[in-house]
Amino acid sequence: MNQVAVETASVAGAPVLTRPASERGRARQRRRLLRLLVGAVPLLLFLLIAAVGPIVWPYDSVTVRTGERLKPPMEVLRDGSTALLGTDQVGRDLLAQVLQGARISLLVGLSTVALAGTAGLLIGVLAGYYGRWLDAVAMRIADIQLAFPSILLAILIAGVLGPSVTNVILTLSLTRWVTFARVARAATLATKQREFVLAARALGARDGRLLALHVVPSTIGPLVVVATVEVGLVIIAEASLSFLGLGTPSDQPSWGATIANGRAYLNTAWWISTMPGLALSLVVLAVGRFGDQVRDMLDPRALSRV
Amino acid sequence: MPERGLGGEVRPVSTYVARRLIFSVFVLWGALTVVFLAVRAVPGDPAQMMMGPNATADEMNALREKLGLNRPLLVQYATYMLQTLRLDLGESLRLAQPVVWLVAERLPTTGKLALAAILIAVAVSFPLGIAAAVRPGGWLDALVSVVSLLGQSVPGFWLGIMFILVFARSLRLLPSAGDESWAHLILPSITVALPLVGVLTRLVRSGLLDVLDEDYIRTARAKGLTAGAVMWRHALRNMLIPVITVIGLQIGHLLGGAVITETVFAWPGVGLLLVDAITNRDYPLVQAAILFITAIFVAINFLVDLSYGALDPRIRLQ
Repeated sequence: MNQVAVETASVAGAPVLTRPASERGRARQRRRLLRLLVGAVPLLLFLLIAAVGPIVWPYDSVTVRTGERLKPPMEVLRDGSTALLGTDQVGRDLLAQVLQGARISLLVGLSTVALAGTAGLLIGVLAGYYGRWLDAVAMRIADIQLAFPSILLAILIAGVLGPSVTNVILTLSLTRWVTFARVARAATLATKQREFVLAARALGARDGRLLALHVVPSTIGPLVVVATVEVGLVIIAEASLSFLGLGTPSDQPSWGATIANGRAYLNTAWWISTMPGLALSLVVLAVGRFGDQVRDMLDPRALSRV
Repeated sequence: MPERGLGGEVRPVSTYVARRLIFSVFVLWGALTVVFLAVRAVPGDPAQMMMGPNATADEMNALREKLGLNRPLLVQYATYMLQTLRLDLGESLRLAQPVVWLVAERLPTTGKLALAAILIAVAVSFPLGIAAAVRPGGWLDALVSVVSLLGQSVPGFWLGIMFILVFARSLRLLPSAGDESWAHLILPSITVALPLVGVLTRLVRSGLLDVLDEDYIRTARAKGLTAGAVMWRHALRNMLIPVITVIGLQIGHLLGGAVITETVFAWPGVGLLLVDAITNRDYPLVQAAILFITAIFVAINFLVDLSYGALDPRIRLQ
């Protein structure tokens, strides 16, 4: 209940990037944009690493080299190369696993947010715009789902579906659409009463036109803010599922799976669990920072509060 | 929001309680239905899925008969609902014991972990959040925002493993697995508490900052109360509502986090039972574990809702 109030409050001021009248205001907005770009650097770096890392780094993540088992980071191997992050219990290169894991995290994070976001947008806008039974049904389902610990639902669905990247994306989308739907609905409710929408309706615009030109665009700002928060949550959820053996299959090493694999070697090879977790934490941290900045940018009123 | 007519009449609390109770029942029904569908709506044969690829046709038929999978879906649903109402959730496929017992036996262990985590989180985040709000922009405020960001970014299961690495393996200070003594509780409960510390500290800080702007705080200061009295008697109490709401909502994450943390520390609670049951495809046990956790979560949120009126007399329960 309280969450709805918060969402509505942040929605009202969010979508419009007001043009500041004063020179000082403009300078402040430029500074904020600059900070946003600087904040995006670690994230862009991650995207780049995920995209080209597995191609550039000469070892692949599943090649077994029994002669090079459990080598610590920076160890020079027999073929003269250096295992920057070390190797695991069957000699697989850890850096290659981390790079490969970055891809999985990115793929799952972005696909899930895209899928859950689209579903949430559709459901939220339709529920908010048409109201009545559609709204009642959608929002009661959302309430019920919010009252259910989402990781439990994910564990249940992923456990039943079996390990695969597609199943992880499906599972996490099913557990995460609610926030998007509620935010889209709140924005829709606020927008459909605004004068310009009423005016357009009075001029004879049909529902489809009103939705496409006025209502949906007004939801994008708040949804982007939600999406930046959700990407981090989804990446952690994927890692958690894979850690439990319910996420990616074993031939596609994800960070969670590699962390789980290293648990049996904590006494002899600390780096197996440590390295992917470090990568995971850094990425989620970078996403979180970036999300905060996006929110400040789109909703300056939130600055003072959080 | 207070809902009062012009005459100042107030809706009876019992109506509110009844409405919340009905909602809670709906949530439980939803959870039951989701669990029912999740096991049956998957492509393929649930019996095959539960028994694995090596089962013989006879074994699978026996299981289908036992679980009623041969009957129409609606009949299965009705039977399932009736049995659940009687708390008859069946027997574990692997352990051959009533699943309700198996789960109930593990509940206190998970409860101990969750309670310790909440206590730690409250004990850490209130002083931190208050200190940060008293001097916004100070070094402590900066520290708090870093800690809370870390608390929300570092995944609990990895943090737990790092704790094991440092405190159990390298320093040999604390045990890393099982539940045999109080020392066993330390690492898992800190692991579960940390994300909550992040959320709560931020909330205590921003809640206090909001409350300190209110007129009644100015009045309290104007009438000569000391800073301490303003803080304890007026500010903190009014900030509790959002904080308690979030603690209630966070219990879900906490229980979810506990499920994963229990696997990391081999903590013999419901979470470990659930993960084992899923790995072993022991679906009756999975159903029972999920239903119990959901029921606890729903009950806690119900209590949280009821506590609002007690904390803030302005709220007379919509």
